[in-house]
Amino acid sequence: MGRKLLLEHINVPGINTFAVYREKGGYRAVEKALKSMTAEDVVEEVKKSGLRGRGGAGFPTGMKWSFLAKPEGVPRYLVCNGDESEPGTFKDRYLMTYIPHALIEGMIVSSYALGAHTSYIYIRGEMMPQIRIMEKAIEEAKAAGFLGKNILGTGYDLEIYVQPGGGAYICGEETALLESLEGKRGNPRIKPPFPAVAGLYGCPTVVNNVESIAATVPIVNDGGEEYAKIGIERSTGTKLISASGNIAKPGVYEIEMGLPVEEFIFSDEYCGGMANGKRLKAVVAGGSSVPILPANLILKTMKGEPRLMTYESLADGGFVSGTAMGSGGFIVFDEDQCIVRNTYNYTRFYRHESCGQCSPCREGTGWMEKILYKIEHGHGDMSDIDLLWQVQQKIEGNTICPLGDAAAWPVAAAIRHFRDEFEWHILNPEASLQGNYGLAHYADPLVPVTE
Amino acid sequence: MLSVKENMIVEFSTTLLDKFSEVVSRYPEGKQKSALLPILHLVQAEYEWLSVDAMEKVATYLSIEPIEVFEVATFYSMYFLQPHGKYTLEVCRTGPCCLVGAEKIMAHIEDKLGVKEGEVTDDGLFSWRGVECLAACGYGPVLQIGPSYTFYEQLTPESVDQLISDLKEKSKSEA
Repeated sequence: MGRKLLLEHINVPGINTFAVYREKGGYRAVEKALKSMTAEDVVEEVKKSGLRGRGGAGFPTGMKWSFLAKPEGVPRYLVCNGDESEPGTFKDRYLMTYIPHALIEGMIVSSYALGAHTSYIYIRGEMMPQIRIMEKAIEEAKAAGFLGKNILGTGYDLEIYVQPGGGAYICGEETALLESLEGKRGNPRIKPPFPAVAGLYGCPTVVNNVESIAATVPIVNDGGEEYAKIGIERSTGTKLISASGNIAKPGVYEIEMGLPVEEFIFSDEYCGGMANGKRLKAVVAGGSSVPILPANLILKTMKGEPRLMTYESLADGGFVSGTAMGSGGFIVFDEDQCIVRNTYNYTRFYRHESCGQCSPCREGTGWMEKILYKIEHGHGDMSDIDLLWQVQQKIEGNTICPLGDAAAWPVAAAIRHFRDEFEWHILNPEASLQGNYGLAHYADPLVPVTE
Repeated sequence: MLSVKENMIVEFSTTLLDKFSEVVSRYPEGKQKSALLPILHLVQAEYEWLSVDAMEKVATYLSIEPIEVFEVATFYSMYFLQPHGKYTLEVCRTGPCCLVGAEKIMAHIEDKLGVKEGEVTDDGLFSWRGVECLAACGYGPVLQIGPSYTFYEQLTPESVDQLISDLKEKSKSEA
């Protein structure tokens, strides 16, 4: 059994309430930080922990905090990114639904570390039930003296508010989120200036993912060094993985960094193997934006070493034969799934979600969607594959925010690893409308079906 | 995107205005525009959709230009700019849900309700549409129904039929 830092008490009845959460040792981190540590001490512990942003980019949280500008007389803000919209990712919903006080506790500790006195939790509007849950948790914490004026008599003041989004993937990008929080369209800002200098209302701001903020609780409780003992290399601590697709037990799992991918998919402790006795065809390991890998490459690197659930191991081989940890949205495909159809689906998603500011993304995502629609529906030409490749190449790196890259990468990876499936669609339009290409050689060497 | 076919004149109740002012109090002085998205949600929960008149009154309330409200209301996918069914079934149509049968569920709903995506049934009760990833990929196929955004998970054609008949009953008992 791996260690659980965030979900240790997830099965305790009533853990979503303040009383039970507190009984199980909740809010100790607030007491410890506010009463016995300076703000700098907290930042130092988070730096030592090696915690990396859990939203997708994987940027070291402590370093991000240390960039925060601290001009005299200007308020600073902590904004929690609960916009969770990356296809395949649903861990933050889980955390907020079942253990909301872990986020509130993390918010208090993190706000204290940053010197913020007003903090916002931006939650996507579709999660209205979770918004209500968080509002209730805030009320409970306030009633118990952990929020508001002069918290625990330490002189530290903090208010936390929940802000609903309006339904836009792009608001998961931190500057688009800030625009949205200011009551505007979610158009990402040109950087620099970074939010650490000019963020919300032009003031220094840190934007952190729900899971990153919750992870500061065990870091403060047990110390950064203790947290860093879990994991391998620069992938420290535990990570919430959202597992979906054709597996026996979809759901949210907390893993210790370094768990082998094969164990994650096939062990009963986690995904429990493939659903319905099917075979593994491919995996998108970190949310829809990261490159899809065929079964053989997700289980082992090109060097033949077992691939592990760490930032480094998942990225081993670069985009030629590797992928990325991303947000931990682990999507598993069985032998009956069509890669072309799935790529078309993702591309339609990115076209729909492009904010439209940058022409390579606005036009390019539409082009890719149309070309993929054509191939998927039996009207493709061989030259379409090259055209698709060129279009994705011209989007990548040419946009203000990473949505362009996020749209380009899945297309590039699908062509790179599954080109023969695209060609089969084009050469066999009739057959491709009736059935799927199947497993082919992608899963060589095949993983035995476990009963 | 903004195609205005009809308008609806509204007058915000004192209860609603009280809610508006609570929202505005969350932001620093002069930053009341931050309240725009939450207020539009409140207005939509009250009137089911956002009419031009309602948006203009929100603009007046927040001391901003009407265009600042229109551009936001048209940008975000949750806001309805024309009337829709009393119950709008919003089915996730993104990748992970499709791996577990979301497309079949949408076809079933279309068949069952007898209306195409975006259209309203004759009795005004139902409409449906495909929406993008709802961050519930492990529980797919899923759908949500506003304004409370109640979630229905691991849908099957049978569970969808049950849901539709339950909603019909519910609406009868409310009438």
